[in-house]
Amino acid sequence: MSKPVIGILLGAILGAVDGLTAWFTPAVRDQLGGIVIGSTIKGIIAGIAIGFFAKKFHSLPIGILFGLIVGALLAYLTALMQGGYYFQIILPGTMVGLIVGFATQKYGKTPAPANS
Amino acid sequence: MKWLSDDKLRHLQAIVSDRDFSSTKYTFVRELARGGMGTVYLAQDPELSRQVAIKVLNTPDVTDDVRRRMFREAQIIARLEHPGIVPVHDVGVLADGRVFYAMKLVRGSRLDEYTAREDSLRDRLRKFQAVCDAVAFAHAQGVIHRDLKPQNIMIGSFGEVLVLDWGVAKILSESAAHSSEADTLKRKTAGERGTIADYESLRDDSADDTTHGTIIGTPNYMSPEQARGEIKQLDERSDIYSLGAVLYFLLTNQSPAASKAPSSQNHAMEAESIPRPRSINAKVSKPAEAVCLKAMAPENTKRYSSATELSVDIGRLLDAEPVSAYRENALEKLGRWLGKNRFLVFLVLAYLLMRIFFILTARS
Repeated sequence: MSKPVIGILLGAILGAVDGLTAWFTPAVRDQLGGIVIGSTIKGIIAGIAIGFFAKKFHSLPIGILFGLIVGALLAYLTALMQGGYYFQIILPGTMVGLIVGFATQKYGKTPAPANS
Repeated sequence: MKWLSDDKLRHLQAIVSDRDFSSTKYTFVRELARGGMGTVYLAQDPELSRQVAIKVLNTPDVTDDVRRRMFREAQIIARLEHPGIVPVHDVGVLADGRVFYAMKLVRGSRLDEYTAREDSLRDRLRKFQAVCDAVAFAHAQGVIHRDLKPQNIMIGSFGEVLVLDWGVAKILSESAAHSSEADTLKRKTAGERGTIADYESLRDDSADDTTHGTIIGTPNYMSPEQARGEIKQLDERSDIYSLGAVLYFLLTNQSPAASKAPSSQNHAMEAESIPRPRSINAKVSKPAEAVCLKAMAPENTKRYSSATELSVDIGRLLDAEPVSAYRENALEKLGRWLGKNRFLVFLVLAYLLMRIFFILTARS
């Protein structure tokens, strides 16, 4: 499995789980479908970015840092759109980015160098 | 008459026992180790300004057969050019008629000494894998060691692993004996250093060096067929048994006890009754035990078919991947995966805990 594919899969799964936790908040339970879809898309976008980064740069600390930044940035944008719940959205989003950043650096096929 | 003091007597004894290297380019320094067939000395090579280890036959008045065997040992090692096998620099005859060969001086400790102070199982397995690779190379060259044991494995100062003492090694394949590497050994040494027999004779010597029924090797580490003296039937799988016995030692800190008495008829039965490594050291994993027991299977057909195959399984053990010798159940698979991916599991758990925390705080 390539690194971008790992990033997309993990981002989608964690994004969906992230969205599903909204069920525990009665105030937004009726918007659960939209939240899950939005959160999954956010996870996929983060996964693509982090996965392709991992394909180009092979460094665990830099990969984790990149995942952290991408996750935080996307979560911040989501929180801006929501107009609240900054802490509850940004912290888990950052954590998802961190996990995807770690996983894409650690797992997945590294492309073989091209023959000269 | 004046009696010699003990000190003077000891000094004289030391002078008498010193080897005379005057017919060689080497200068005697001191004795390093003494074995049944030969003694290893530390010597100085003045031409290249380096120290070497020189193995010399213990007695000068040996039969031609023993002398030929010593040459053969040097020739066998010379053809095994591998980082895990000590290289031979020179071979010849001393002024008193003793055969010698000079080899690289390895600074370090024997595997049994090394394990006495190095407790990490991972590190031991890494070293063992390097031994398997060196033996696999020898097998690929058509040579079997026949005396693999911790005492014949050296760990160098920088962690390098070297397989020593090819004195009872056997050449198996005709094709390997005629390889290009072998051709270089056809050249004869000139002058008073003596003559090396043509390489073609190596294999014949090897085949005839021991009569069928003779037991060669070290009892605790030899295969059942070797213990039965089935010299002609010995092949790579006999070395694989010995490798398994070395692994047994590395896992348990003791040699396979059941093979202490190599009474030929009962050896196979004794091999089956060897205590399982986990019964001696509970820290040994089930797959590691299975690898060891597969290598040490009493029937050679049930062992690993090659040292490379064994090395691959050791690599899998080190990488926490499933080994060919052990079929794990779903729970064990999960446990191994979790153990291998500890950090990822920790991150996911941290994420879930955080989520639970947010849910609980939102409710309250």
